[in-house]
Amino acid sequence: MAHFIDRRLNPKDKNLGNRRRFLRRVRSAVKKAVDESVRRRKIADVGQQENVSVPSDGIGEPHFQHDSKGGFRHRVLTGNKTFKAGDRLKKPPLGQGGQGGREGAPDGEGEDEFMFVLSRDEFLSLFFEDLELPDMVKRSLKEVPVSKPHRMGYTAAGTPANLSVSRTMRNAFGRRLAMRRPTNTEIQALTQQVAELEALENPDEARKAERQLLREQLDKLLRRRKIIPYIDPLDVRYKYFEMRPEPAANAVMFCLMDVSASMGEREKSLAKQFFVLLHLFLKQRYDKIELVFIRHTQVAAEVDEDTFFHSRQTGGTVVSSALNEMKKIIEARYPAALWNIYAAQASDGENFSGDSQLCADLLNSELMKCCQYFAYTEIVDETEANLMNSEDNGMELWRSYRQVAEAWPNFAMKRIARASDIYPVLHELFARKTNGVSNG
Amino acid sequence: MADRAEATVPLFDGAEWDFDTIQRSYDAIERVAIDDLELDVYPNQIEIISYQQMLDAYSSTGMPLMYRHWSFGKRFVHEEKAYRKGANGLAYEIVINSDPCISYCLEDNTMALQVLVIAHAAFGHNHFFKNNHLFRQWSDAQGILDYLDYARGFIAQCEEQHGEREVEKLLDAAHALMPSSVFRHRRPPHSSLTDERTRQRERRIEEERAVHYLWDAFDHPTQSSKTDEEARKRKREMGLPEENLLYFVERHSPVLESWQREVLRIVRNIAQYFYPQRQTKVMNEGCACFVHYYITNQLHRSGLLTDGAMLEILHSHTNVLTQPDFDAPNAMGINPYALGFAMMQDIKRICTDPTEEDREWFPDIAGSGAWREILKDAWANYRDESFVQQYLSPNIMRRFRMFSLTDDGGKPFYTVDAIHDERGYHQVRDTLARGFDVAEHDPDIQIVDVDLMGDRHLRLHHSLRNGVPLDKIASDATLGHLRQIWGFDAAFED
Repeated sequence: MAHFIDRRLNPKDKNLGNRRRFLRRVRSAVKKAVDESVRRRKIADVGQQENVSVPSDGIGEPHFQHDSKGGFRHRVLTGNKTFKAGDRLKKPPLGQGGQGGREGAPDGEGEDEFMFVLSRDEFLSLFFEDLELPDMVKRSLKEVPVSKPHRMGYTAAGTPANLSVSRTMRNAFGRRLAMRRPTNTEIQALTQQVAELEALENPDEARKAERQLLREQLDKLLRRRKIIPYIDPLDVRYKYFEMRPEPAANAVMFCLMDVSASMGEREKSLAKQFFVLLHLFLKQRYDKIELVFIRHTQVAAEVDEDTFFHSRQTGGTVVSSALNEMKKIIEARYPAALWNIYAAQASDGENFSGDSQLCADLLNSELMKCCQYFAYTEIVDETEANLMNSEDNGMELWRSYRQVAEAWPNFAMKRIARASDIYPVLHELFARKTNGVSNG
Repeated sequence: MADRAEATVPLFDGAEWDFDTIQRSYDAIERVAIDDLELDVYPNQIEIISYQQMLDAYSSTGMPLMYRHWSFGKRFVHEEKAYRKGANGLAYEIVINSDPCISYCLEDNTMALQVLVIAHAAFGHNHFFKNNHLFRQWSDAQGILDYLDYARGFIAQCEEQHGEREVEKLLDAAHALMPSSVFRHRRPPHSSLTDERTRQRERRIEEERAVHYLWDAFDHPTQSSKTDEEARKRKREMGLPEENLLYFVERHSPVLESWQREVLRIVRNIAQYFYPQRQTKVMNEGCACFVHYYITNQLHRSGLLTDGAMLEILHSHTNVLTQPDFDAPNAMGINPYALGFAMMQDIKRICTDPTEEDREWFPDIAGSGAWREILKDAWANYRDESFVQQYLSPNIMRRFRMFSLTDDGGKPFYTVDAIHDERGYHQVRDTLARGFDVAEHDPDIQIVDVDLMGDRHLRLHHSLRNGVPLDKIASDATLGHLRQIWGFDAAFED
């Protein structure tokens, strides 16, 4: 007697609790790997799963066990080819002991590094960790964009619910015509003729022959009607739907950064986190996002992402050059009517004297009109941040931008000294999103 | 294949399976297993699971229920990655020593594989679990699932009351000592679920008493003349020396709370449950392989299996039963499946078709024809070590081309001391048998002394066997865990 149980529909993630405990155990190593990979990855690729490897010292499971060397041991091996009793075999160097006294542990112990894959969700959770995002925002960022079905023609396969009656009937009609399926009228006429002939009392030979002929014709038609169905599986069509992300719109994100010598690794890494966060946010809302990287010293240039983050230039700082470049690119490639334009600027706040007013003018007169949102971050030292706790004072660029911020509600600015400061810059953006008010 | 009965309709055709076909095949398998092989099995419960569930089961040591711990998560991510990369396939089945006997079959198996798996697990392993003396004496098939359920609930409750981290630290320590925490020589006290509950109550009372006795010790400081007589008495009262480390800590640790003692008990009970499996790898797998091989061949002969299905079964069968040579790139030592199966097939051959050599080596069974009885006797009354010692025939040694190698730590070379020839058979057999003795693998560690009234310093003794030392790094780390749950110092005596 046996029971058969189908367990396939039981919940699959029995091990989620164990996995969570394991991740907590290796948290610091994983966090380091995540930060490293944010630095390494392109902005657009951040929200994906990641292979991480963690050192095995925190997750060892020691036991009392014999050393793999030393002592007197006997073993039996298989596959003897040439050995005879009394033969001596040289030991391999470094005491690896042939295949060793103990076989390698099955759980990956003994390897120096322990590799595994972080899911997108886990990866983002760790990335968000020191950004101090509110939970609501975290959740909305992790969401995969909603998509809606759109009609995309017809298919020959589908579910009954999607059956397209009119298209099916049309196909059937065409096929019936082409195959010359006898129509009802034809058959009715013939049946009537046959009935009339049969009704005759004393038919002569000619009539009999005619009756015979007609009856054969009728049989043939009826057979034909049976062979050629009214609706054939071939005719059936289903409506076809394709899932399309909603809302489908395009956005372009401008990343502007000062790359003069005063921007070091720390500043660049903070700036990158800032850009990544904005990008993740935009990804939620837009189907397609283009990224434009503009770096500047005293001159500005559009560059690719790698150059943007990793190459260095020397020179002074003229911020307006970057804004000019951005304006040029918008005019050439991204007409404001067709594109949602976002801009994120990171700088250490230094600017060529006299240039800051120019920047403010540029923004006020040209750029702010076509931008959905402009976020400016000034990256400062932690010690500096403590000193300059007032929003009002600051360097020339900061003061000029203050004017812009007052005039335009979609201009945000903030000093950041550590990763947790980034979120408030974008706060307003997220707030609007969660309130469900569209600014697009 | 010549005497196949062509008249019978095969059980199935093609690779797809459904529950009706499985049921029909199960019935056919059962007829061969019970009527022909006369196996004695627990009722079967066969569960179809998906690959994710198989991975889940893998990482919790094959059990359907397990308490939560990060090490299972680690195993899970490891297995999952290996599986995704295609580095290793999944087992076709997992079988659990319980009553009813639960076997998991993977949904991706073809119908032919399901037949193989059912014959292998639901009858082969099942018979072995029910009849082998080690399993009968040492593990409780009726109670295991209930016990695991209780353990899972209890540990979850502890996590809630005392925090996950606290429980995790304790489990880490318990897991480290787990292999050194089985009763090897005496039989474990048998207890049911209700016993568990009463014992928990008693433990609380005991705890209060423990506090009293501590105060007592303060009140009447004894003269510290520790004579030999006193030490002997103390050891006798605490049951020293003790080989089961967790058992001793659970009973005598001065610092643990009652829930912590209970957790230790759970861990060591699970260790005890798995102990027989480690001693019978060759026999258990050999038995299952022998049974599936016999049953599928019978089914094929009677026309119930198509040639195609039989070829598929043989293909999987041979994959599992390869024995790579010692110098092959995939060398992994002795394959327990291959050795067990070969020995059992050989016993059958010796019974029915013996050579002169067999008559000389196995006068009791050679030519007796009663291979069913002899195999069943072996399955019931032996473990790997004694089975090899008793039944490894020269024929098998020659087929595997076995040779024995001596490694004397101090010397720069290995010595081949016996090969598969007339002079070497006995020595190869002895060496191989000893190699299967778990006592050879597990370090022999015992708690020899502790003075609860004095410094409470836990003294351990490691008996060297053949001069093989302990792995220094691992044992230092393990000692750290032991100190943590003992609460005071613990060290090996010199």
